[in-house]
Amino acid sequence: MRFAVIVFPGSNCDHDAHHAAKEVLGQEAEFVWHKETDLRGADAVILPGGFSHGDYLRTGAIARFSPVMDAVKKFAAAGGPVLGICNGFQILLEAGLLPGAMLRNRGLKFRCEHVHVRVEQTDTPFTLACRQHQVLRMPIAHGEGNYFTTPDELRKLEQNRQIVFRYADAQGEVSDEANPNGSIQSIAGICSEQRNVVGLMPHPERACELSLGSADGLVMFESVVKAHAAGLFAVAASVAKAGALTAAGSASS
Amino acid sequence: MRARVFVTLKPSVFDPQGKTIVDALHSLGYGGVEDVRQGKYFELELAADSSDKARSMASEVADKLLANPVIESYRIEVEGK
Repeated sequence: MRFAVIVFPGSNCDHDAHHAAKEVLGQEAEFVWHKETDLRGADAVILPGGFSHGDYLRTGAIARFSPVMDAVKKFAAAGGPVLGICNGFQILLEAGLLPGAMLRNRGLKFRCEHVHVRVEQTDTPFTLACRQHQVLRMPIAHGEGNYFTTPDELRKLEQNRQIVFRYADAQGEVSDEANPNGSIQSIAGICSEQRNVVGLMPHPERACELSLGSADGLVMFESVVKAHAAGLFAVAASVAKAGALTAAGSASS
Repeated sequence: MRARVFVTLKPSVFDPQGKTIVDALHSLGYGGVEDVRQGKYFELELAADSSDKARSMASEVADKLLANPVIESYRIEVEGK
């Protein structure tokens, strides 16, 4: 299968995501510059971590207007799997592809360390191969990962089972001590109502090989490969071929 | 024309920076400062010939980019000519 890794000015985990998809998993992977309007036949899209546009104004606030985001929105609307990691998650929130917003971390510290998250939902393209309540050890590196949403929206997230990851301890116990940034309900990652768009603050792409300290993130990439092989969360070929995934106007090559 | 846009976190949203600042002020002896809410301030130079047009232009860019409606609200002041 083919991954598209979107590159924004200031992305810095794009090569890690590309490496995980191509070298670790042996799949095809392409970088797509944020000014492009064509996802080049991707089967899955990754919005990587980093500091797009220097995090100016708000994290992800300017990147959401990049030309490529129209194509990402159409891909998501057509049911294609989209993964936003860290800054990629922040961009998905600003773009309205996922609900909620990020605040400064409780305590204001930039947290750069390995944490544990508990998998709450296994029917998304990126958690399909996980066990329910599986605990994954992955690094975080962010100053604004304090997930916030309104009480009404939070109720909807719970009712629709959109909370995909919660910060927990190594045993999978969710507690305030295990919450590194003050996120409401210890939320580390969520999915869209249609379940195909997933965003999380921890970095699975930096935890795909034991030499990096953890290979727990690999299961997320294996999940989407498995989903693709099973024909799940696939964008209809007719939609892809009709050029509907290309933003209106001239498509760059 | 010039418009000023003040973006602040909604009252229901916790402000970790404001809390840190008020704690710092207390440790400096300013116990009379009861609360601090940190926000953002923008000065816009607008090609508009009336204050109504300036206000509507400022409001449009605040809605679109300057503020995130999930967590923030804003207030606009237009400098009259």
